[in-house]
Amino acid sequence: MADYKLTYGKVNRDLLKTMEAPGRTWYILLAIAIALVALGGFAFSRQIRYGMGVWGLTHPTMWAIDITNFVFWVGIAHSGTLISAVLFLFRVRWRASIYRAAEAVTVFALMTAALFPIIHLGRPWYVYWLLPYPQVGGLWPNFRSPLIWDVFAVLTYMLVSMVFFFTGLVPDLAVVRDQSRGWRRRLYGFLAQGWQGTDRQWRHYTSAYLFLAALATPLVISVHSVVSWDFAMSMVPGWHSTIFAPYFVAGAIHSGLAMVITLLIPLRRTFRLDLYLTQTHLENLAKLIVLTGLIVGYSYATEYFIAWYSANSFEWETFRYRALGDYAWGFWIMIIFNSLIPLLFFVKKIRTSTPWLLTISLLINVGMWFERFIIIVTSLARDYDPYTWGLYRPTWVDLSITAGSFGWFFLWFLLFAKLLPVVSIVEVKEQLPPPVIGEVRNPPTPHLQKGGTGGFDEGKGREKDVDP
Amino acid sequence: MNGRAVGVVGHFDQLDRFLAAIRALRASGFDNLRVASPIPSHEIDEALGRRESPVRVFALVGGIVGAIFGLGLTINTSIGYPHITGGKPIVSMPAFVVIAFELTILFGAIGTLLGLLVNARFPRLHIGPAFHPRFCRDQFGLFVFCAPDEIGSTSQILRAAGAAEVRQVEGDVEA
Repeated sequence: MADYKLTYGKVNRDLLKTMEAPGRTWYILLAIAIALVALGGFAFSRQIRYGMGVWGLTHPTMWAIDITNFVFWVGIAHSGTLISAVLFLFRVRWRASIYRAAEAVTVFALMTAALFPIIHLGRPWYVYWLLPYPQVGGLWPNFRSPLIWDVFAVLTYMLVSMVFFFTGLVPDLAVVRDQSRGWRRRLYGFLAQGWQGTDRQWRHYTSAYLFLAALATPLVISVHSVVSWDFAMSMVPGWHSTIFAPYFVAGAIHSGLAMVITLLIPLRRTFRLDLYLTQTHLENLAKLIVLTGLIVGYSYATEYFIAWYSANSFEWETFRYRALGDYAWGFWIMIIFNSLIPLLFFVKKIRTSTPWLLTISLLINVGMWFERFIIIVTSLARDYDPYTWGLYRPTWVDLSITAGSFGWFFLWFLLFAKLLPVVSIVEVKEQLPPPVIGEVRNPPTPHLQKGGTGGFDEGKGREKDVDP
Repeated sequence: MNGRAVGVVGHFDQLDRFLAAIRALRASGFDNLRVASPIPSHEIDEALGRRESPVRVFALVGGIVGAIFGLGLTINTSIGYPHITGGKPIVSMPAFVVIAFELTILFGAIGTLLGLLVNARFPRLHIGPAFHPRFCRDQFGLFVFCAPDEIGSTSQILRAAGAAEVRQVEGDVEA
């Protein structure tokens, strides 16, 4: 039997440490997040009071940075599902210690994204008009409209992600329950649903988990495709393109992976999780970013090729305007940050250096936000008729609500980091060889062992496992 | 289980000893075994001779219901109020497939969740005395139902199989 240093008991103790009482930094970050949410809330209250006129968006750019934010946050969600569901189906062992944080990003990003179409309605109290029910005279929503597809896609994605996230949490909640007392024990006990790890529970649980992952995989591809069709189904130059669905899905995963790296690095440092979140995990994510970055760069090039090859003067003018017009600075941020800078990850030194990883992942976040901004704003600011051209400039309301959305997302993530185990205790244990005295009849097959024990750093785990 | 069940719980530190104990007990005729473990394991299911979980049927039925519901909803409501939008046919299949697809996934996931709740009998408000927190940490638990006069001999089998600890429990156990 190999000499493995991480034991089940140690995993429990190490990973529950992240839930100890928070320090001052956490409260400061929480206060900043709440302040941003309050700022966004105040700006929203001005919108309710005075109408959409307080926004900078007006004719002809009626979809400006609120829809940019919507697409951005839906995109952020995608990598969480990639890591938690798609890599699960492929039996990728290193996903075990990062999937929980990634899936949390998915859930919170969707909770943020879903706010924007509602805010954008202008009269958000009519949001129920979007739901499928017979309205005046038995008229139902127009199911031929991509905007209604979006309602179905995003709501389905949000519900399925929440179910998947919570299902994955249940065995860990039982661990927390067993370690706590008083009201915490009652709360986590309630959330754990009476989990005891019996054979009956595990058998149905693992089956349900597999099917949720299998359902989430096609779903994640459909969601950003549907979001892209919000644009591609309209006859606007720069939007009406068949490559939009794959182009958006790749971009979504690109931005989401960057967000996961951005969040994992401070998480790893604060909670001293170096044993569980190792350089291997970050390096693997960086390799995935190289892949998505290349797809995104290829899509940018293809868009230009199609615009030129189509010989459609409106299309070509839109793309000339993007690169050289009023928003050219945003266009070049998008090109450089999304498709050129990630190529630095081809260099091993860079993708294994934490400062580089953090810097590049932040730049990709910025670049992907600008990608959506450029797609939405440049196409609307100048379409067919020069008479209707106009520039978009955000007001303080646009910017405050955008800042508020970041505050809202980080508020949830901060609460998650302290109230729930940020690394899945059970799934980390599953990647460890089970405690045995002799041989197990069906040891894990060698090709599965390739990633070590799920990428954990065993060297540092050398310590006697004593039970408290 | 109704009423009060009596039994013995063995705590095991090692998976292989635990599996051997399960096989030994089943060989001596104990079929009503319940185990608890910190991780899911196919070997445990195999040793217990459990069949594939029926949750997959729930997922399939949920997905089929979702697909039919999605197509039914879009087609019926469009025929019921025939209103041409965008110059498209009243029954625009390519558009409706998108809705049907999303509802297939949604209902499939709801079906899976229901399958889990029904089959694993969640939520469970009380935890039986056979449970021990170490089963969610690092030990494997084996619960054997037995008649009061069999307690001694069953404990012997468990100890012989290498149980670190053997407890006698009385009361409701996790079904």
